[in-house]
Amino acid sequence: MTEHPPALLSVRALTVSYRVRGGPPVTAVRDASLDVAPGEVVALVGGSGSGKSTLAHALVGLLPAGGRRESGQVLFDGTDLAALPEPQLRARRGRDLALVPQDPLTSLNPVQRVGRQVAEVLLLHGLADREQAPARAVELLDLAGVPDPGRRARQYPHELSGGLCQRVLIAIAMAGGPRLIVADEPTSSLDALVQRRVLDELGELTRRSGTALLLVTHDLGSAAERAGRLVVMSGGTVVESGPTEQLLERPAHPYTRELLAAAPGLTPRRYAPPRPVPTVPLLTARGLVHAFPGAPAPAVDGVGFEIGRGETFALVGESGSGKSTTARLVARLARPTGGELHFDGREVTTLRGTPLRELRRRVQLVQQSPYASLDPRHSVARIVGEPLRAFRTGGPGAAGRRARAALVAEMLERVALPADTAHRRPAELSGGQRQRVAIARALVLRPDLVVCDEPVSALDVTVQGQILHLLAELQAELGVAYLFITHDLAVVRQIAHRVGVLRSGRLVETGDVDTVLTAPAHPYTRELLAAVPGPPKPAAAQQATT
Amino acid sequence: MTRYLLRRLAHTAFVLWAAFTASFVLLFLLPGDPVATMVLGGGGSAALDGAQVAALRHAYGFDRPVPAQYLDRLLHALHGDFGSSVQSGERVGALIADALPQTAQLTGAALLLALLGGGALALAGAWTRSRRLARLLDAAPALGVSAPTFWTGLMLIQFVSFRLGLFPSVGAAGPAALVLPALTLALPAGAVLARVFTGSLRAALGEPYVTTARAKGATRARVYFGHALRNAAGAPLALLGLLVGELLAGSVVTETVFSRGGLGRVTASAVATQDIPVVQGLVVLGAAVFALANLAVDLAQPLVDPRLLVRTAAPRSVTA
Repeated sequence: MTEHPPALLSVRALTVSYRVRGGPPVTAVRDASLDVAPGEVVALVGGSGSGKSTLAHALVGLLPAGGRRESGQVLFDGTDLAALPEPQLRARRGRDLALVPQDPLTSLNPVQRVGRQVAEVLLLHGLADREQAPARAVELLDLAGVPDPGRRARQYPHELSGGLCQRVLIAIAMAGGPRLIVADEPTSSLDALVQRRVLDELGELTRRSGTALLLVTHDLGSAAERAGRLVVMSGGTVVESGPTEQLLERPAHPYTRELLAAAPGLTPRRYAPPRPVPTVPLLTARGLVHAFPGAPAPAVDGVGFEIGRGETFALVGESGSGKSTTARLVARLARPTGGELHFDGREVTTLRGTPLRELRRRVQLVQQSPYASLDPRHSVARIVGEPLRAFRTGGPGAAGRRARAALVAEMLERVALPADTAHRRPAELSGGQRQRVAIARALVLRPDLVVCDEPVSALDVTVQGQILHLLAELQAELGVAYLFITHDLAVVRQIAHRVGVLRSGRLVETGDVDTVLTAPAHPYTRELLAAVPGPPKPAAAQQATT
Repeated sequence: MTRYLLRRLAHTAFVLWAAFTASFVLLFLLPGDPVATMVLGGGGSAALDGAQVAALRHAYGFDRPVPAQYLDRLLHALHGDFGSSVQSGERVGALIADALPQTAQLTGAALLLALLGGGALALAGAWTRSRRLARLLDAAPALGVSAPTFWTGLMLIQFVSFRLGLFPSVGAAGPAALVLPALTLALPAGAVLARVFTGSLRAALGEPYVTTARAKGATRARVYFGHALRNAAGAPLALLGLLVGELLAGSVVTETVFSRGGLGRVTASAVATQDIPVVQGLVVLGAAVFALANLAVDLAQPLVDPRLLVRTAAPRSVTA
């Protein structure tokens, strides 16, 4: 492919900066150039802070407040969009080029029925009159893969799942019959399974209508599967671009190589230390049930498993499968409404008061979002030291304080945070660093079991790998066991020894990671496995298995 | 929904009962001898002889045991009968009914002004692209809240009425006489509304769904009025219920400053003369207005935000 067809979108040396209060403007995108041909699928890949989202928003002229194009052009069909006055740009938005935003749950107006939100595009651009628009909106919803579109159109966003909301947003993007769709991490907040379905449908829709697609993502695996060309961004600049196969086989830039190494589906890499020799299990769950009052069915319905000392047991499932509730039951943050839970040979479902506190010392928690789980007003040292203070580790007085400070410093070193982090606040740290703080806080009491609830799903792929590596290292050093909750089987392969597959509150399959992932017994497990993004080539092999 | 409504109505009834009981305890039991208080409060000489006091006491039923007094008053109150004024001898119900329309006019007009003014101020503050103007508009509510009602009232009388001669300063004759008092009363309420509404409007405009609307090609006006406005309306609406009580309380000062008749004046004089039955009637009326206003607000909230109709049973987890 030496000769490019005439580009539909051509970004030329675009520089975008943000005004910062009391400081010089920060350049988010520098000298970025890229082309998208009519009907082509191009993926814009990069980590958070790489400027890929800013670039995507700059294309449609929707930079957040304070953002400004400093120089460069955004040529769409020969017209420089960035120089277009607002009314003319507005006439093109939604009509010629559309945006599929990042978070489906917050990107729809919560107080408007979804059908009306789709119809709005048609009305704004005079594509339908008031009588036709609602019916056209239902057709569009149907096209975007919304089941029972007539009923769904009359519902509000909160009555729809994340995947359905994203389909509504795709219907909105498709409504004007655009020639280019910019999809800004359209599925990063969805489950692996839903992610795959929604991306497949978006790809299929754009292919059929001949719409070009610029797919912005941090996941090289899913980008490689769908895009003919890749554009890799890092630190605000485009570091490399070219046909997908070429980039995957001969990555020129070190950052591309790093992304490639971190993509779980592309380079299956095992972090987990060898499985310890099974002894008496540390934790045994038998027939765990948890029913929320008023809910039609129990969230957890007879779940049983064992976790050995120093072992990682992964629970995998879609959202709503009950995996997070199970995590809360094991950490005794919620009380099961039925079943047994034995920890170190002792029944713990009915513990309260002092024995429960004693259990808390031995069972700790790492939560999903390192952005929300750390108190923004506390310093890192205070956050990590809090469990020590709660259990009065090191005794009273100044001697105790010194002992605790030493333990905190040692723990920060173990999670590979620089010593000066101790006095900083969470807001000054990156997502990966924050999750290290959360891990340090969980491990500082030297617990026997840490419940990790989706600890890497809020992080970039490259950072994900680092955190998984760290968890595995700490397990080898400290002999701690993990209950690892995730929706991503690729992550399971990297970190876990054994895995249980949850569906609608029931375990459908349990076993060794190698057994379950290579010879899945349950059809649902096979479906989950197919959702793991992989390189484009083994697609044939995948077809052979199904 | 029906069950919710019944529960809320029961709740309102409880609030009214509590207001009645609290006022009974505070007004009739605590002063020691209510008759002496009333007589002294009336400014009359304390030269009533024992027989007269005993006659009064009998007339008001104070010679009966407390539970009997309480039940008797409660039963009458349930029929809207709070006894008669000590000062004028008029029935409390009739007294209040006479004054109510004027105060309803005043507070209604003030509420409307506060809504329009506060809403316009908030919209203007969020709409303007000039940072200086935005900052100015943001500071305005603080000014409105900190100016005391009696002062703004006097200033308005001084400048608008005496100097410019635009609107009458006293009395209750016609809509023109309503302008200045309503403005005075509306100022602090409108300021609070503007403050809260500006905040919620700015927050709504920063939400991702606004970006979606803009990406559809929506105009600025459509983004503001079609998407952000309704999302931002919840907080000021919740405030509205509280402001109704505020306005009712504010009418005492405003009606005095502008020499208007109304509940505020009745309240002021009943308190000054310690006219206990009238005060109790006013307390219960105030509680009723406040409780009903907030009930109306709570019922209106789901119309603004359909998410509030969702049963909140499931996501609540049982923590040990």
